[in-house]
Amino acid sequence: MRSHLILRVVSKLLIPFLLLFALYVQFHGDFGPGGGFQAGVIVAAAFVLYALIFGLKTIQKVIPPALLEVLVPMGVLIYAGVGVATWILGGNFLDYNMLDSHDPSHGQHLGILLVEAGVLVTVASTMLLIFYTFAGRGR
Amino acid sequence: MLDQFPAIIVAAPLIASAICAIVRHERTCWLIALLVSFLCFFGSASMLGQIQDYGTISYQMGGWAPPAGIEYRVDLLAIYLLILVSFIATAVLVYGRQSVSAEIKDGIRGWYYTMYLLCLCGLMGIIITGDAFNAFVFMEISSLSMYTLIALGKDRRALAAAYQYLILGTIGATMYVIGIGLLYTITGTLNLVDLGERLPPLLDTSAAIAGMAFIVVGLSLKIALFPLHLWLPNAYAFAPTVTTAFIAATATKVSIYLLIRYLYSVFGFAFSVEQTPIPELVLVLSVLAIFAGSLTAIFQENVKRMLAYSSVAQIGYITLGIAIANATGLTGSLVHIFNHAVMKGALFMLIGGIALQIGTVRISDMAGLGKQMPLTMFGFVLGGFSLLGVPGTVGFVSKWYLAVGALENGWWWLVVLLMLSSLLVLVYMGRVIEVAFFRERPVGAPVLKDPPKAMIITSWVFILACIYLGFDTSFTVGVAEQAVSVLVGER
Repeated sequence: MRSHLILRVVSKLLIPFLLLFALYVQFHGDFGPGGGFQAGVIVAAAFVLYALIFGLKTIQKVIPPALLEVLVPMGVLIYAGVGVATWILGGNFLDYNMLDSHDPSHGQHLGILLVEAGVLVTVASTMLLIFYTFAGRGR
Repeated sequence: MLDQFPAIIVAAPLIASAICAIVRHERTCWLIALLVSFLCFFGSASMLGQIQDYGTISYQMGGWAPPAGIEYRVDLLAIYLLILVSFIATAVLVYGRQSVSAEIKDGIRGWYYTMYLLCLCGLMGIIITGDAFNAFVFMEISSLSMYTLIALGKDRRALAAAYQYLILGTIGATMYVIGIGLLYTITGTLNLVDLGERLPPLLDTSAAIAGMAFIVVGLSLKIALFPLHLWLPNAYAFAPTVTTAFIAATATKVSIYLLIRYLYSVFGFAFSVEQTPIPELVLVLSVLAIFAGSLTAIFQENVKRMLAYSSVAQIGYITLGIAIANATGLTGSLVHIFNHAVMKGALFMLIGGIALQIGTVRISDMAGLGKQMPLTMFGFVLGGFSLLGVPGTVGFVSKWYLAVGALENGWWWLVVLLMLSSLLVLVYMGRVIEVAFFRERPVGAPVLKDPPKAMIITSWVFILACIYLGFDTSFTVGVAEQAVSVLVGER
């Protein structure tokens, strides 16, 4: 990929905006369309673009497969952790009202934010891991 | 703590599977899986008394009230299945540590337990949820992890079997979700109880009929009801033994549970039985399943595959109760769900012990095993009696209820067919027993012993349960009858 100057420059310019847009979709999730799943896919797409231009070896220096294998279950743990926290605070599983003792609607915001963060981590790392597996075949 | 059990028995396996995926140390993962499965069993068992005393438990997930929020609903039918699945999951884990070490490659055994726990989470979720779409999500969780559980075996053919199951299982799940979509468009609700209340006036619409057809066919694929059973024999035969013992005893049963729920609670007993051809259709297919499954089992050389075809036949017995469609027949159906799980679990466990000792599961390699592995083969004989339906075993209890149910409908010919089908069981189980007990071990073959203690003891707990539950039916028949009286009474 040494020779594709235009591709390299354009993708370097694009990737930060891709990640920024992913964050927008992520944090806009509790006000409008969007959320952890969509944001996770966009994050993964940014990394996949990087891998397509600069090669699998380079991307695996940034995010080694072993790290991804930990991140996939970690996202599930963040999600379930919110549920456990609401249990400890005396509510039902995933009852976000419990997360803020003064204003239940703040609790709802916080709960959705944390749960969506867990979804983002799992979706992005799963997507990337699937890409690694396919791209690494036959090597 | 007690009022949180409905959520705990689903969330705990999920959390534990994520932890296993991070830890990935074989021994630790096994221990975590065992503890969590036992927690699920303990939770389910402690809810039973509460339900019998105070009625159905309704749990609001996330604090949102049904029908808008997701409701976890534990009634007698659900708790019956929850106890079965969590008990089998625990027992198979106690049994399975050596078997997993022998049959799963080093380095991925941690993942194996991760998938096992995810599968448990999915199965418990399908049973407990009172939300049609939530059931679909859990169905996918359990199915996807099940495909992995099958494919992780050392046998390369397991990959093809898992792929076949994946394609057919996905078609089944798609049909189910299309059916849910159709019902949602006409009722605007996904809560099963709410659906059951809103559907009756709409049942003559083509959307409701089409939705019902999609759901019944989709679930039949998951159940492996003849002739949609093609994925089952290979999946059971080539999967690691622990997988086979676990899914043979639980997965198809949970789908049957869902089908019963839809036919009797959502669409209603009166509509499903009296105004649709479903009972007649299921009757024909069940009888075909019983005979085709048993006849094919006779010609199998691989014992696991033989037992898999026998499962196709046994599923036929279970669905037969749905076709008989009276309280006695349906009780027989529910009792057979439990009994078949116990006896097939036992038989697959014993076969797993044989596979560990001799390395194959071909009938011709089992010559003379009766003398060298007496505990295993004697257990196999008792399990065979149970499958046959000899009085004093669980097989007799469920067949008795099915036969009485058939007679209440005036179907005496069905009773004759039931007895004839038992003869076929005698033929295929007899083949194995004949080879093991009445043929000499080839000269020069290594001397064998019974498998390790943990495997023998758990298998025998199941074998003894086959006999105990054949005499003391207060749990199986007792709970099933109460559950059926609710189902048949619901209109």
